[in-house]
Amino acid sequence: MTPLLAVKNLAVRAKMHGHEFDLVEDVAFSLQRGEILGLVGESGSGKSVTCRALLRLLPGANLSITSGEILFDGRDFAKMTETQIRNERGASVGMIFQNPASHLDPVMSIGDQVAESIVLHRGVSKAEAWSQTVDLLRQVGIPDPERRARNFAHEFSGGMKQRAMIAAALACDPQLLIADEPTTALDVTVQAQILRLLMDLRDKRGLSIILVTHDLGVVAQACDSIAVMYGGRIVERGPKRDVLKAPFHPYTSRLIACQPAHGLGAGLLPSIPGQPPSAGDMPSGCRFHPRCDLAQTSCRETVPGLKERVSGHLAACPITEAGITEARP
Amino acid sequence: MNLHRYRFILARPLQLLPVLFGISIITFVLVRLIPGDPARVLLGAKSTPEAVARIRAQFGLDEPIWLQYVYFVKNLVLGDMGKSILYKMPVLQLIGERLAPTLLLILGSVILALALAIPLASIAATRRGRLADHTIRLISTAGLGFPPFWLAIMLIIVFSVKFDLFPVAGYGDTWGDRLHHLALPCFTVALALSAVITRNLRASMIAELASDHATAARARGLSERRVFWRHVLPNAVIPAINLLAVNIGWLIGGTVVIESVFSIPGMGQLLVRGIFTRDYMVVQSVAMVFACATVIVNFLADVLTVAIDPRVEL
Repeated sequence: MTPLLAVKNLAVRAKMHGHEFDLVEDVAFSLQRGEILGLVGESGSGKSVTCRALLRLLPGANLSITSGEILFDGRDFAKMTETQIRNERGASVGMIFQNPASHLDPVMSIGDQVAESIVLHRGVSKAEAWSQTVDLLRQVGIPDPERRARNFAHEFSGGMKQRAMIAAALACDPQLLIADEPTTALDVTVQAQILRLLMDLRDKRGLSIILVTHDLGVVAQACDSIAVMYGGRIVERGPKRDVLKAPFHPYTSRLIACQPAHGLGAGLLPSIPGQPPSAGDMPSGCRFHPRCDLAQTSCRETVPGLKERVSGHLAACPITEAGITEARP
Repeated sequence: MNLHRYRFILARPLQLLPVLFGISIITFVLVRLIPGDPARVLLGAKSTPEAVARIRAQFGLDEPIWLQYVYFVKNLVLGDMGKSILYKMPVLQLIGERLAPTLLLILGSVILALALAIPLASIAATRRGRLADHTIRLISTAGLGFPPFWLAIMLIIVFSVKFDLFPVAGYGDTWGDRLHHLALPCFTVALALSAVITRNLRASMIAELASDHATAARARGLSERRVFWRHVLPNAVIPAINLLAVNIGWLIGGTVVIESVFSIPGMGQLLVRGIFTRDYMVVQSVAMVFACATVIVNFLADVLTVAIDPRVEL
């Protein structure tokens, strides 16, 4: 089965104060129809940049895609003209964001924002777009949608705002939804509701979802597969169960060890010593070697590529022999 | 439409009362602190004390000052602003004649300023850092720097004297004639005003263009143009409304210079002449009218803000 999305060798470069550096390098993954992929990593690991690069929405002229293919249903987003990619945004790929409050226009009603893209992509009348909007708001679980559609963002709660964002992103029935930390700004109960909504939408619409998160709990709950990013590279990817149960990359295993469920007991959570590297000041070789206790001389010299370790499960670490089953404290 | 958000409109007239009370006391006292006596100014240096006393009695200037204030307020409430000592006619009638030119001047300037500022700010913001942006910023900085009277004289020299396109000064008789006369003065005021507005609008447009909600709109497939008109502009004008209101408030008292340069028989001119001749009634009443106008402009700005920004509750 050909995947819905196949990203190959993607690199994003930043130009700042005269010098250039890669924010994201050699990123490759694919996504089947109806699959939910969890893109996991610390702040600054390149998750958001990767997501924005997929829709060519990199902020400012300082960031640009320098190489790679973004094959969506056989069409390469990376090679499209500005007009072509614009027609794909919203229609083929929807996107939602971490902070729904700031990503909704404060002075336009929620309904108008959803209806706007329906009119744009479908070319239907305003009245028709409005009735579709009300329908969509109902589908994403907004109560009393006829009335709420006329409300503004500040009249919605955080969870309702994210539901409205989802409605706007799905207005034109895209096949892929990119969700950039959609639950990070929400409290825990609302977080669970939004995740359930996303899984529901996958089941009902066959929607594929890229779910960016730094929370492995979210991944465990919602995702089918995982890609772990560190220092602008994917260091491990594979089916959720395999990666969470038997990670190959030391970073993944440390990350799992840092989850509360795996902790040492009350009030004592392990952490990974050291700081994540900052773009523009990347360590040589494996990006993780300064924080890795398994690091050897070779780790400092060559950048390890992703290698298939078990069927469908890839990791970028030549040191680990088998899956690090026991997450070390 | 949430009509309850417009409830503040009903409360505003009540809030106006203390403002007017304060303004009336301040102007009443200040104008009497200026050395000189209106009767003496009117009659000249060689007037006899008897004549001066007669005029003072005629205008009630021999009464205690608090009583004069009480009469002033009482008459004001009854719709009488008293009589001008210099013009020897009711102040209300004087103001009635002078109000239209000033209002027209301010209105014309504001419309012209917006017609300049909105396109210029849009061009500068969407082409940030490029030649058009630098040029517009340079011009608007220059617009802030030129003193209006100098600009007015330059415009007269170029457009009236050299090219003979506009009258040098004065105020016409027919409406068309009046607009023709007011074109240059309006343009002079509009240049300075649009410089302020352009800079402010450009900055908020740039912030809105980089805002999260603009990114989200782009992610829904909106063109850059549509993002600008539907999401950036409506958000960017909100702070500009209040800036405009403050500047109009300043213009209301500040058209004096322009009215003098272009000899427009407006309120500013009336006020200045009133001050020079110690025409108490005129000065007090004009100040009251200015205060009312400023309050009304700010009130309109509030109504407009509430209409555009659904978050605002007053």
